[in-house]
Amino acid sequence: MTAAPARTGTAIGMAGLTVRFSTRRSQTTALDDVSLDIEPGEFVTIVGPSGCGKSTLLKIVAGLVRPTSGEVSLLERPVRGPQKEIGFVFQKAALLEWRGARANILLQAEMRGMDRTKAARRADELIEMTGLTGFEKALPHELSGGMQQRVALCRALLHAPPVLLMDEPFGALDALTREQMNAELHRIWRETGTTVVLVTHSIAEAVFLGTRVVVMSARPGRIIRTFPVELPAHRDYAQVMSDPRFDRLATDLRGLLGSAAANH
Amino acid sequence: MTENALHTAGRQAAATATGTPAGSASTSGAGTSTVVGPPPGTGGRPPRPTLGRRAVAVADSLWRPALVLAALFAAWWFVAAQEYVPNYLVPTPGQVWTTMTEQWSELARHTLVTLYETVLGFVLAAALGLAAAVAIAYSRTLDKALYPIVLFAQVIPKIAIAPLLVVWFGLGLTPKVILAVLIAFFPVVISGVAGLRSTDPELLDLAATMGAGPWRTFRKIRFPNALPHLMAGLKVAVTLAVVGAVVGEFVGASEGLGYVLLLANGNLDAPLLFADLILMSAIGIVLFVLVEIAEALLIPWHASRRAGVSLTTS
Repeated sequence: MTAAPARTGTAIGMAGLTVRFSTRRSQTTALDDVSLDIEPGEFVTIVGPSGCGKSTLLKIVAGLVRPTSGEVSLLERPVRGPQKEIGFVFQKAALLEWRGARANILLQAEMRGMDRTKAARRADELIEMTGLTGFEKALPHELSGGMQQRVALCRALLHAPPVLLMDEPFGALDALTREQMNAELHRIWRETGTTVVLVTHSIAEAVFLGTRVVVMSARPGRIIRTFPVELPAHRDYAQVMSDPRFDRLATDLRGLLGSAAANH
Repeated sequence: MTENALHTAGRQAAATATGTPAGSASTSGAGTSTVVGPPPGTGGRPPRPTLGRRAVAVADSLWRPALVLAALFAAWWFVAAQEYVPNYLVPTPGQVWTTMTEQWSELARHTLVTLYETVLGFVLAAALGLAAAVAIAYSRTLDKALYPIVLFAQVIPKIAIAPLLVVWFGLGLTPKVILAVLIAFFPVVISGVAGLRSTDPELLDLAATMGAGPWRTFRKIRFPNALPHLMAGLKVAVTLAVVGAVVGEFVGASEGLGYVLLLANGNLDAPLLFADLILMSAIGIVLFVLVEIAEALLIPWHASRRAGVSLTTS
């Protein structure tokens, strides 16, 4: 595969990404020839069965995993090592347990050597925006899963990254908290205009949040189809859930994922 | 494992003092609400235990072992005073006390010598052990080259090296300190490596995407994360350092509690033996408590040290 065509305005470009892991006994192909271009400001959600290499895909974009073959570019620049222009959110909040919520958010600034006063102001804005006010000093173990994930989200947004990568960020939360977080993330995305790539197992989450839904097959992970989400840019959770377009797309996805899983 | 029991008792006491059952740390499952709002008036933090409450907690954790000790002491007194065992074998607490006070200036001097050797050995062992742990945790080559040797060296009975050390370094301070270092080094390395390796790989990935260099990652993430393990190792190391110093004195010395012990033994001076033993134990206890206090100051956030209070559910 040749290098990703340097189209103007591509936030993330993936061309022919293939990843093989070799263990002592066998060689597994985690990703097989994945190509995808993401425009700035898009919210792309990736759904697929467990172990289809979705997380690996995100790590490749972040420069944490090298593809066996293929090219990735982030903001028009080829990805060679760990990327700084991104915010990364994991399934686990991955907070430092000795730091309070605010100090955990500010870790981002300290590690980057950002301007202190600017970072502090930005942290306060984010704390307010995500409803963490009053919990600035609370240690992670004093916070619920949802609150911890909010802190992780604030940390990922502190340096106002142009690209936000999220690896099943709400997977460990209960259904109600998850809906709440979805609605919040949607609002944050609208307000900041960040390019977001979100990996999820939840079809509802993928459709509600995404401007595009990418469906991947079971191992080896391939892109089966990409669906544009024909819902308004400004979405209300309850309204979307009862929207016939949501239903149609969710049904399509469910059918596709069911057959994808059955074939392997 | 007695210290664990102490912690648990302390934690329970602290929890009852603040009016929260210790087990209510996580009431997850059915709980779904996240935004509970800050608890009134505390700015989102549980109230820090006051000095009085802490005293109550300490007293609560201490009275049981104190009671057992008092019973043992009473038994000793009774047996010795009734001379069920002759006094040249088991002296009465009164005789030990008299020896202690009469020879206090001498005993104090020897205690300071042993204390100095122990502390020096412990500090060196901690520094060298931490350095070795960092080298092993960071370098694959050093891990493969050093770690097996460190593990293997633990098989050598270090006490048996003591005579050799005396031959090499004479009767002064050096062989005692070296022996203390040799004995105390191992738990520091093992706990340090375990601690440094226990860093969540996602945190390290995160640090990479934050563009932080290895030094910042070590200082802000890996080292603080390793502290709970490391402190456990240091607690073991400090008590072992006493053993190292005393054994070093056994083999060849002109001062120190180990030397006094041999002297008292030769003279069949049981009261002095007992007084000496009590002072040795005191060194170990005091140093252990100091490390405990350091731990409480350094890692108040760790699970082993906190009262179960969560601000939000689920």
